Amino acid sequence: MKFLKQPWQRRHLVETFMKFIMRVSLVFVAGALGLISWIVVVRGLPALSWSMITQIPKGGYYMGKEGGILNAIIGSLYLATGGTFLAMLFSVPIALYLKTYLGDSKWGHYVRLSLDMLWGIPSIVYGAFGFTLMIAFGLRASLLAGIIILALIELPIMARAMDEVIRRMPADLEHAALALGSTKFEVALRVVIRQMLPGITTAILLGFGRGIGDAASVLFTAGYTDRIVTSLMRPTASLPLAVFFQLGSPYPEVQQRGYAAALILTIIVLAVSFGARWLSARLNKYTVK
Amino acid sequence: MSQSIKNTEGRLSRPSVVPRISVDRIARRSFFAIMLLPVFLIAIVTIALVIRSWPILTAYPLKDLLFGNIWRPDKGLFGFYPYIIATFWVTAVGVLLATPACILVSIYLAEYAHARTRSVAKPVLDLLAAIPPVVYGVWGLVAIVPFVDKVLAPLSDRWLGAVSIFRVNQPTGFGILAAGIVLAVMIAPLIISVMYEIFSTVPNDLRHASLAVGATQWQTIRSVILPQVAPGIIAAIVLGASRALGETIAVLMVVGNVAQTPTSIFDPAYPLPALIANNYGDMMSVPLYDSALLSAALILLIVILIFNILSIVVIQRMLRRK
Repeated sequence: MKFLKQPWQRRHLVETFMKFIMRVSLVFVAGALGLISWIVVVRGLPALSWSMITQIPKGGYYMGKEGGILNAIIGSLYLATGGTFLAMLFSVPIALYLKTYLGDSKWGHYVRLSLDMLWGIPSIVYGAFGFTLMIAFGLRASLLAGIIILALIELPIMARAMDEVIRRMPADLEHAALALGSTKFEVALRVVIRQMLPGITTAILLGFGRGIGDAASVLFTAGYTDRIVTSLMRPTASLPLAVFFQLGSPYPEVQQRGYAAALILTIIVLAVSFGARWLSARLNKYTVK
Repeated sequence: MSQSIKNTEGRLSRPSVVPRISVDRIARRSFFAIMLLPVFLIAIVTIALVIRSWPILTAYPLKDLLFGNIWRPDKGLFGFYPYIIATFWVTAVGVLLATPACILVSIYLAEYAHARTRSVAKPVLDLLAAIPPVVYGVWGLVAIVPFVDKVLAPLSDRWLGAVSIFRVNQPTGFGILAAGIVLAVMIAPLIISVMYEIFSTVPNDLRHASLAVGATQWQTIRSVILPQVAPGIIAAIVLGASRALGETIAVLMVVGNVAQTPTSIFDPAYPLPALIANNYGDMMSVPLYDSALLSAALILLIVILIFNILSIVVIQRMLRRK
């Protein structure tokens, strides 16, 4: 009996111990989210005021005087919306082509691989790339340049998100449509795209969230200005850079506003993320599983 | 369909078929053209950066650029060594901190957790992945830098001060350790979700067989499941490292940005992405400066692409096994 008991106890102790440290790690990771949100709220909320989100920086704003960051909020919304729209124009056809024409073939595999690799390129490299293009074409930092670079960053994310959703579509649906004599394009347009709708919504919101939070690429391409952008060819402010620049200020009042800007950005991003989850759950009810 | 065919009502069926087929053909071609964009984009980005960094690559031997210690663009000295080493240190600390926790969390979620726990953990990880880098930077600045300064640095100085990489030379809190902690949290959601996917490729039969002969769950994981998924685990870590390498804003805000070759994890450092982001403004004023900064971007890109392709190929191969 003693011979059996010794190993029995030890392996069960190890089991309990491993389970314990796994739970601790999970709490750590989840706690990080809680801690980040808490810090941003605690720091940002006191500085958040109505004038922060309704006014543009006035004279002496960067020394702690009157004003707000409406220019950055508007600029970021333009940048992210434009980038997401442009990325969607390309990512929807890519996802459709992957599904209807390539499927799980070798070529499909290569395209997915290249999308995954694009996803991995850091935004600072995209920013530097955008900068070289702007020098080559003699352009200055502008809303348009920012939108194009954000579209490049969002494209692989959106295409892969749609692709992952649509891969689960039952092959029977496609076969049924083909058997009735439709061409592949008609299958893509009438069958696949409807099944893809939850995927497209999720992808749009994912892309938007990524686009609005990206700082390193817009730093090079969109510049910064205190005015609300009125033209595609003008530079524009953006929220991540508003946070970044204001935190770098020696004035405590301006730093406070940096925290408030971070809170606004976090609220937008988390709302978009929750929205994606909620919408895709709702829309998924209407797809054929 | 070369000749028009009359059906029973005498109507030509060809007009109704042929346009559809040509529409299909046009659509196929234009979709194909759009799909080539991502395939060629990697090449276009690389070529553009190579062209722009060509002047400096031809002006100096590669050895001087990569291993030169001094960065004085105004004097024509472009030594990337301190920046490359800083990038390596920051990434290494981030990955080393993230790896154990990520492996444990993904094992827990894949093997132990209730469906309910999983359905809570998944959105939490998604939200963590959605938080913008600059917000991570704010968190690092407000919470991590003081924590390193007030808690970790004194502790390390007291107990580990004899070991040079744990010595506190410049006590400010800003430095490699703070950047590494922030990076670890930033890359964790990605690593965990990839590892979780990898764990779910292991067939249940293997688990059942091991449990049936009396192994505990942990014994099953250690001796049956982990050997099966080891390549995927390593690939997930490499993928995380490639994300950490290119992270700019969050690292820039907490790493201290001092151009020196670090000797301790408490030292401030100046990684490549921070170098590019901090100096883009005046890079057109000094000759070869823009070329030098863009070649820094090229170095980053090449290293990241290599890391990426290695890890993604392994991960895709493992996922397809399912």
